[in-house]
Amino acid sequence: MSDALLSIRDLSITYHSQGRAVPAVRGVSLDIEKGGSLGLAGESGCGKSTLANSILRLLPAGTEVTGQITLDGKEVLGLSPGGLRAVRWTAGAIVFQGALHALNPVQTVGDQIAEPMSLHRTVANDDAAKDRVVELLRRVGLPAARAESYPHELSGGQRQRVLIAMALACDPHLLIADEPTTALDLMVQAQVLALLDDLKEERNLTLLFITHDLSVLTYACERLAVMYAGRIVEEGPAWEVFENGSHPYTRALAAAFPTIGDVGSRMAPSGLGGDPPTPGDLPGGCPFHPRCPLAHDACLPAEPELRISGEARSAACVLV
Amino acid sequence: MLVFNFFLFRVVQTDPIGSLFRGRNVPQSTIDNLRVAFGLDQPIGTQFLYYLRETAQLNFGLSYQSRQPVWDEIVRAIPATLALVGISSILSAVIGTFGGIVAAWRRNTWKDHSITSSTMVFYSMPDFWLGMILLVLFAVVLGWFPVGGITTAGSNETGLARLIDQAYHMFLPALTLTLAYLGEYTLVTRSSLLDVMGEDYLTVARAKGLRDVRVRNRHAVPNALLPVVTLTAINFGFVLSGAIAVEAVYSWPGLGKATADAIRGPDLPMLQALFLLFSAAVIVFNLIADITYSWLDPRVEEI
Repeated sequence: MSDALLSIRDLSITYHSQGRAVPAVRGVSLDIEKGGSLGLAGESGCGKSTLANSILRLLPAGTEVTGQITLDGKEVLGLSPGGLRAVRWTAGAIVFQGALHALNPVQTVGDQIAEPMSLHRTVANDDAAKDRVVELLRRVGLPAARAESYPHELSGGQRQRVLIAMALACDPHLLIADEPTTALDLMVQAQVLALLDDLKEERNLTLLFITHDLSVLTYACERLAVMYAGRIVEEGPAWEVFENGSHPYTRALAAAFPTIGDVGSRMAPSGLGGDPPTPGDLPGGCPFHPRCPLAHDACLPAEPELRISGEARSAACVLV
Repeated sequence: MLVFNFFLFRVVQTDPIGSLFRGRNVPQSTIDNLRVAFGLDQPIGTQFLYYLRETAQLNFGLSYQSRQPVWDEIVRAIPATLALVGISSILSAVIGTFGGIVAAWRRNTWKDHSITSSTMVFYSMPDFWLGMILLVLFAVVLGWFPVGGITTAGSNETGLARLIDQAYHMFLPALTLTLAYLGEYTLVTRSSLLDVMGEDYLTVARAKGLRDVRVRNRHAVPNALLPVVTLTAINFGFVLSGAIAVEAVYSWPGLGKATADAIRGPDLPMLQALFLLFSAAVIVFNLIADITYSWLDPRVEEI
């Protein structure tokens, strides 16, 4: 696709810890066109955050990354250190999870928002940076005075808003939102989602949204990719995938959310049994087969590839 | 504190007057007179009350040995100790912290291993022993530095020449103290920075496009230095008294040597005053540590 802002081809990421190779991402390809939005869903440990961090090459040293990541026309994995720094936060910025210690505790949030601006020289001087900080804070719904606050003085929702303002500081083309609503209560979650949605429209952002919460993704994104054990097992338009998944894992994820108005589903949301596989020790064949309600002999010989399962849809399951 | 100070030295059964004469033949009446003069004939409870009353008036009594007011002797010894301990504390804190930063940032490389192991070697040595080794090597065998004292005996230089002479004398004791305390700073800085290096805000800083050096200096080090600041201030309080052994080895006329000499007496008023001073130093520097901490870390409320 020529109009893709982010294009990932055959990306594999392997961590090396204590002499053991742990494959976290195994041959993922995906595209997001300019102005588009893709939601990446999956359980903890499926490799979705690793994938997100690899786009700006933020993985720890010694991690093996192969494949191709093209962001804004630049081949990220081949960039020099200087070229990489120039791409970071301008071509793509990350909205980190606010519940984590993503903000430096001993600097004011204003300084932290302004830091990338002066670094990438997107503002003329310190005064202009201050003005822009105030403007960004207002845009995400925080009073200007909050620029002088330290992170510990803010609530979880406010911290998340600061992180969004920080990500917007240099007008990035791609916004990667890594679990931005996790650990927020439902009301605040909805506010943050609405904010991201507005910003996306208003600034023509391209969005890569990562979460384990499928219902959030169907709200925020046009397309949806479901990851399992380091691979994409299903991809397609968000609502179709959510309502009518082709892969049994997608259906299990979708079924984990109660349907509003359906009393039966609220009383007994159907969960998925078993634990996600350990990346270092995957089961043979389809990695999902030990937990799959539809598993049969055909799942065992080889890991299924992604194949077309409908219009603009694909899934990796022998039943498709 | 005062109570402890007083009784600690009374617990040791000694005869301060007797040791003044070192077994020389002195009439019993002289000894008795001295006993009365120093108030040692009084019951211990009365002695303690006297001590409390006089200390409250900042009168620490007369030294048993020199018959001079204890406080004057201490004031005379303070500059030498402050110069020695001040310089070596600052040196060990600065060099140790810097070494710790390099070791943590380049962990598990040859830099880390050589910094960590070399400072550990000095840290594990008793400071007086390290002092004696350096003394033998540089002063006795090589003859590069004087064996002890603060000025060359018999010299009457003034101004700059005197200062240079003193600095020359200070080199070995300062080196000993610096080396002895280096390891602590290096290890604390290193482990504190390693903790911080796992924090998410460093990933965020990198994601913003900051250079590695700037990530370290602007985001990692300020957070990692918080425990080091506490350590520095607290050490400063302790180092004042911790220099006892080193000052004794190099005959450095400071508080440490005064303490060592007073113990030999035992010169009870001198010891009481010195220990009171040392405790006060520890308390004051702890307070300074707390104030600095609240100034560096916005999460600590003003005190």
